[in-house]
Amino acid sequence: MKHIYENHLLWVYRAMKTSRYFEEKMEKVYLEGKQPVFNIGAGPVPGEMHLSNGQEPAAASMIVHLTKNDTVTATHRPHHQAIAKGVDLKKMTAEIYGKKTGLGKGKGGHMHLFDPKVKFSCGGIVGGGIPHAVGAALANKKRGTDWVAVSFIGEGAANTGAFHESMNLAALWNLPFILVVENNSWGISVSMKNSTSVSSNDIRAKAYGINGYLVKDNDPLEMYRISKEAVERAREGKGPSIIEIETYRYLGHFQGDPELYRPKEEVPILREKDPIERLKNHLLRENIITDDKIKNLEDKIFNEVDNAYDFAIHSEYPEPEEALEDVFC
Amino acid sequence: METIKEKRKKLTGSKAMIQALEQEMNRDSNIFIMGEDIGKYGGIFGSTTGLYDKFGSDRIMDTPISETGFIGASVGAAAEGLRPVVELMFADFHGVVMDQIYNHIAKIHYMSGGNVKLPIVLMTAVGGGYSDAAQHSQTLYASFGHLPGLKVVAPTFPHDIKGMLITAIRDDNPVIFMFHKTLQGLGWMDQIDASLGPVPEEAYTIPLDKANIVREGKDVTIVGVQMMTVEALKAAEKLAEQGIDAEVIDLRSIKPIDKETILTSIAKTNRLVVVDEDYYSYGITAEISAIVASEGFKDLKAPIVRLAIPDVPIPYSRVMEKFVIPNADNIIDSVKKLVKI
Ligand SMILES: Cc1ncc(C[n+]2csc(CCOP(=O)(O)OP(=O)(O)O)c2C)c(N)n1
Repeated sequence: MKHIYENHLLWVYRAMKTSRYFEEKMEKVYLEGKQPVFNIGAGPVPGEMHLSNGQEPAAASMIVHLTKNDTVTATHRPHHQAIAKGVDLKKMTAEIYGKKTGLGKGKGGHMHLFDPKVKFSCGGIVGGGIPHAVGAALANKKRGTDWVAVSFIGEGAANTGAFHESMNLAALWNLPFILVVENNSWGISVSMKNSTSVSSNDIRAKAYGINGYLVKDNDPLEMYRISKEAVERAREGKGPSIIEIETYRYLGHFQGDPELYRPKEEVPILREKDPIERLKNHLLRENIITDDKIKNLEDKIFNEVDNAYDFAIHSEYPEPEEALEDVFC
Repeated sequence: METIKEKRKKLTGSKAMIQALEQEMNRDSNIFIMGEDIGKYGGIFGSTTGLYDKFGSDRIMDTPISETGFIGASVGAAAEGLRPVVELMFADFHGVVMDQIYNHIAKIHYMSGGNVKLPIVLMTAVGGGYSDAAQHSQTLYASFGHLPGLKVVAPTFPHDIKGMLITAIRDDNPVIFMFHKTLQGLGWMDQIDASLGPVPEEAYTIPLDKANIVREGKDVTIVGVQMMTVEALKAAEKLAEQGIDAEVIDLRSIKPIDKETILTSIAKTNRLVVVDEDYYSYGITAEISAIVASEGFKDLKAPIVRLAIPDVPIPYSRVMEKFVIPNADNIIDSVKKLVKI
């Protein structure tokens, strides 16, 4: 048993670190062509860019319990969940670069990543993905599988109608569905305090007669433990859960956000408690991995991500006329 | 030569909006604004910058992402006599709240036999061209224009933006006020000349049902809205170099639509190109073509040309997005063919 647990923690570390390295690279690439004057439409990666640096535990410590048969829906901030779910990293990066080889042949972009092979999707409309996961859970139940569906949202999305309608459906039909609320304290510039009538969204589970869990302080180990329980319950037919994790948004809502609304001292304090570093220290302290081996692992991660970027950069752009394809099958 | 003083009077689209809102809020204490990130952030597209500091959180209300809730609440507040101005960041997001808009806001005045007035302004940003993809780049002019009971305006230039926003606020009907992201003059988007223009300091109104001839010409009429008006003007300049004299009409108002200005122009030019940053089918190009075909048929010497997004969602990748959104070059090509007919 211990062996599985340790391997799982290593998996979580790998997923978090991959996402972090991927996004730190994206942060730089995104600015190409946008300096000295920032223009959102310029450079190799135009449009909005929402990065998840700091929020990795929410994704990795949940998705470690899932298989490729389980469904994940995500939001406009989707990279950490996509990477943990095993979305093809090369095709994902190519999509973000708007290339023909991308997941959506360049039609979707960073907010609209679809990889049906691993049952991953995301979208740019807040709350939009929640009912999709409920529907996947419904299909799982109808077919008598023990597969589950997990929807990841931000705390801001917990105030949408889609959230409340979906939770009621999932509870009413006793579906294998889990909602993960990544509470990074901010919905763009609006703080949780100014947007939400309760102090955390696990409380809202009561209103639907289901289990609610709160993971404090972005803790990857606690997120692991609670997600395990929620996923097992869902697989056993014991119904849906809401998990809220207090997580950290290191960067602006999108890249280029002046962040005038947020106290300057907030991010440095959060960064000091970085969850990836915390897990790394735990792995080393508990002798789950040695210093050398973790360096090896990190080199592999860097390599994989670098290769994905190379693939994207060297791929072709679509032909303009390809815009007309794929409206219908 | 412009004097420095005149130059100062030039405002960007977003500053024109802010000025209109501020002046109207000073005039009438029943006006309040609600929406996402309109407080300290000042609106994602800069439509309310500075107003939070001036009017405070009672009149500039940041909302949760509860669109059916707060846009629906504008109905009750307006029926009680307040004058809500509501912003929903992107036109694309209206999907989640369409019931409140098309079944309630648009119909209540009619269903009540005129007894319930809903002086609501719904402000929203429209438009693409910067790779924000399918869910953040639409204009949806026609989707709103289709619904009886809503006035829908989409001004282009700062002068019209201010005047039409003031009129919208004073109007007792619900008005959808669409502002184009690229015409806001924001520091972090494409900088274009059209986003800066002279705006009188004092409050003034511009009717919500009048198109504007922004360039007079005799050979062909080009009708555009917002960025398509800007592209049409660019095209007209180049066409002039080739001896083709185009008249450009800035539609400004989607609903009600100003038939008269369009028909009068066609009576003069006998040729029509309609350019739209919305979808092709059932859109502005279709509407205007239908008006001209049924009421100005005798004045037409050539088939009408419709340029619009070819019934596909807006793609992300720059090359494909550029291909689907009409531009000055497309207009020039069409006009050159048209004048030969
Ligand atoms: C229906 C809808 N309304 C508004 C928006 C604009 N918007 C995009 S992200 C966002 C904030 C989301 O906050 P949260 O759910 O907490 O997620 P986070 O950005 O913090 O990850 C808003 C208001 C949208 N995309 N869709």
